[in-house]
Amino acid sequence: MGRFVARRLLQMIPVFLGTTALIFYMVHALPGDPVAAMWGDKAPDPVQLAALRHQMGFDKPLVQQYLDYMGNLLTGDFGTTLAGRPVLDVITEALPVTVRLALLAFTIEIVLGVSIGLFAGLRRGKAFDKGTLVMTLLLISIPVPVLGFIFQTIFADNLKWVTPTVQDSNDITQLMLPAIVLGSLSLAYVARLTRTSIAENIKADYVRTAVAKGLPRRKVIGTHLLRNSMIPVVTFLGTDLGALMGGAIVTEGIFNVKGVGNALFHAINLKEGSTVSGFVAFLVLVYLAAGLIVDLLYAVLDPRIRYA
Amino acid sequence: MPVAARARWVLAAATSVVLVATGCSSGGGGSSSPDASKTFSYQSSEPQNPLQPANANEVGGGRIIQNLFKGLVDYDPSTAKIRMQVADKIDTSDSQTFNVTLKDGWKFHDGTPVHAKNFVDSWNWSATTSNNQINSSWFSDIEGYKDVHPASGQPTATKMSGLTVVDDLHFTVKLANRVSYFEYKLGYIAFSPLPDAFFNDPAGYGQKPVGNGPYQFVSWTHNTQVVTKAFADYQGVDKPKNGGIVFKMYTTSEAAYADLQSSNLDVMDQVPPSALATYKSDLGDRAIDAPQGAIQNIGFTLYQADWASPDKAKVRQGLSMAIDRDTITKTVLQGSRKPATAWVAEGVEGYKSGACGDFCTFDPAKAKQLITEGGGVPGNKLTITYNADGGHKEWVDAVCNSIRQNTGVDCLGDPKPDFKTARAAITGHQVNGAFRTGWVQDYPLNANFLSDVYRTGAASNDFGYSSPQFDQAATKADEASSVADTVAGYQQAEAVLPSGMPAIPLWYYRTNSGYSSKVQNVAFDSFGNPAWTQVEVKG
Repeated sequence: MGRFVARRLLQMIPVFLGTTALIFYMVHALPGDPVAAMWGDKAPDPVQLAALRHQMGFDKPLVQQYLDYMGNLLTGDFGTTLAGRPVLDVITEALPVTVRLALLAFTIEIVLGVSIGLFAGLRRGKAFDKGTLVMTLLLISIPVPVLGFIFQTIFADNLKWVTPTVQDSNDITQLMLPAIVLGSLSLAYVARLTRTSIAENIKADYVRTAVAKGLPRRKVIGTHLLRNSMIPVVTFLGTDLGALMGGAIVTEGIFNVKGVGNALFHAINLKEGSTVSGFVAFLVLVYLAAGLIVDLLYAVLDPRIRYA
Repeated sequence: MPVAARARWVLAAATSVVLVATGCSSGGGGSSSPDASKTFSYQSSEPQNPLQPANANEVGGGRIIQNLFKGLVDYDPSTAKIRMQVADKIDTSDSQTFNVTLKDGWKFHDGTPVHAKNFVDSWNWSATTSNNQINSSWFSDIEGYKDVHPASGQPTATKMSGLTVVDDLHFTVKLANRVSYFEYKLGYIAFSPLPDAFFNDPAGYGQKPVGNGPYQFVSWTHNTQVVTKAFADYQGVDKPKNGGIVFKMYTTSEAAYADLQSSNLDVMDQVPPSALATYKSDLGDRAIDAPQGAIQNIGFTLYQADWASPDKAKVRQGLSMAIDRDTITKTVLQGSRKPATAWVAEGVEGYKSGACGDFCTFDPAKAKQLITEGGGVPGNKLTITYNADGGHKEWVDAVCNSIRQNTGVDCLGDPKPDFKTARAAITGHQVNGAFRTGWVQDYPLNANFLSDVYRTGAASNDFGYSSPQFDQAATKADEASSVADTVAGYQQAEAVLPSGMPAIPLWYYRTNSGYSSKVQNVAFDSFGNPAWTQVEVKG
């Protein structure tokens, strides 16, 4: 177990180096000069352009820029944005907001998704099950922006329960609506995965054995059935957490949440290599960590799985 | 004014619609009397540079700076005419040496007086290459600019020889050449004064600016908001009628519009394209539809052999006449633009309606005839390069349809993924035939729309247009003895453009905006900014 974790952690290093190098190159390969773009429609003053490019290190070869960047990264220096702010500030500003939003959405999808899936799976073919299938199909087929605007209209414009957009991104109660929108799609997937898995396993031998042993129904479902049915769900949740952390650009835009998605989108638009790389480096770490946790959870959920 | 991102923003906001309401005064209801101590919120975007006057050339930072600082002059929001602010008077006898007299009593927000040296130090610092100010080239008219900002290498001086402090309230500006309308340029934020404390720590100051404008800086929560409050000691003619402005950062105008409708945001700068058709009914008398000093054009690659010969001007005139501007602005653009009849935008000092003549009127028969006379479009096919991120696709396609149907010339849009890619292609002379271009006023004077764009070798002459008659007329206008003569001179220069037709004027921009039920007396100027200090917050 310990060796497995150590090996996985060591594997992260080349993955991390590879992804950051790739992202660094890709941002550089985007067409257009980010410094010249500061002048907008007007022709840049060539002297000032050259001076700014030099100040920001854009006049060096790309490999040199990347090595400088990685070197600084080791000392905890994430570089600066085109506006001269430390990238670390931008990250530490946006990250807590996104973590809150993602965890909120994540909790909603786990609690609701698993319970709905469980009930539907146990009552396969009944009205609740059919209702679940229809509802989740609906959620999966509605694009997030549409859902966002529908919720905005209902809860803000009509019912006036909330403001249409998030006024304070650090206020967790205001993040509820975006979190529901963000979590709804995954909620549908989680509910469907759980339902199928439960419906499948309920016919398994070990469940029959548990029932035959005279275990209470609660225990049969909670300890045996649910636990064994969670493996596909956990696999999905692991990757979904990463997606929630980095991919909420649309939802953040609709509700004006100042999270990672927004910051990343803004940085890509400005072609700010240092900011994009900083965020991506971080997201890569989140993905890798989530992947590791999922693998370890397999062993917890199913004792037959062992890591050496 | 803001050149860069301002332009970026206006052009990006461009899918729009408009009507005719004008943003003059009296908001909805209007029953309660205004409370001068209350603040209002404005839709903004995170400044892309530190808040230094010569470093803000995009809307996000520009509109904050223009409230924190006040220069020698500014432009009356309702008439776009120049008016004196810190300056008491600006005299010149030869359009080359300007004697500036300041009003006594102006103060910075830290209590120090605004004196002549604050202007001179500010301009010298901002112009110097090593201080990396994006708007440094704004000072290029001043004598000695080449010493602080040489064409290559390090500056050899830190002061421009053309600036001389006479005493606390007087200084002189000597220009390298005669520029009769120089005072018009002085309304740009780059010419703001800076307090002595600035020079100790310019970078720190950029995060916490101290100015002399109607509002003083309170706080800046990055990506969230910039808070300002009214400055009690403000000496300008436009004393704030409200307690301050909160600049709230929005990433999408849809989100801002949703907040505006629910009064969580008070004033916004442009309604989202998706709301253009409905915003007037949504907001009622709180909707705004005002002219802007900005124009949309189609430019041509005169530097290409195919387009260089003089008779191709006829082809361009013909293409211009094949575009049905009225229909396109009404349908595709939902009335958010006004058909152009000149190269200078409406409302600008020196605007001359109809300068384009018949060439800007829709006449398919004449169009065909001119194109044939000119030898036809090279390859009988025109491509129009544009940036796909600015909502331009719809009208470029409409213009192409108009050209195709009326002349038989094949026409296609050539989208580039975003603004900076399109600009790189245009300035790098990598486009073929035609491209979308536009101009947003830096200052509301016709010279700005002409000299900076159509002069031989001008910074924004992306066409490679070179007309000795135009250059001569422009130079003559620059050397005129008064602004009025300059304006007339540039009108003569503009009259040269129809014969060469380097760019086809399409339409003028408008501000389509609105405000919440909490505020009143909201009017927009030709820069697309509200008259900030005049906004009244209901009690």
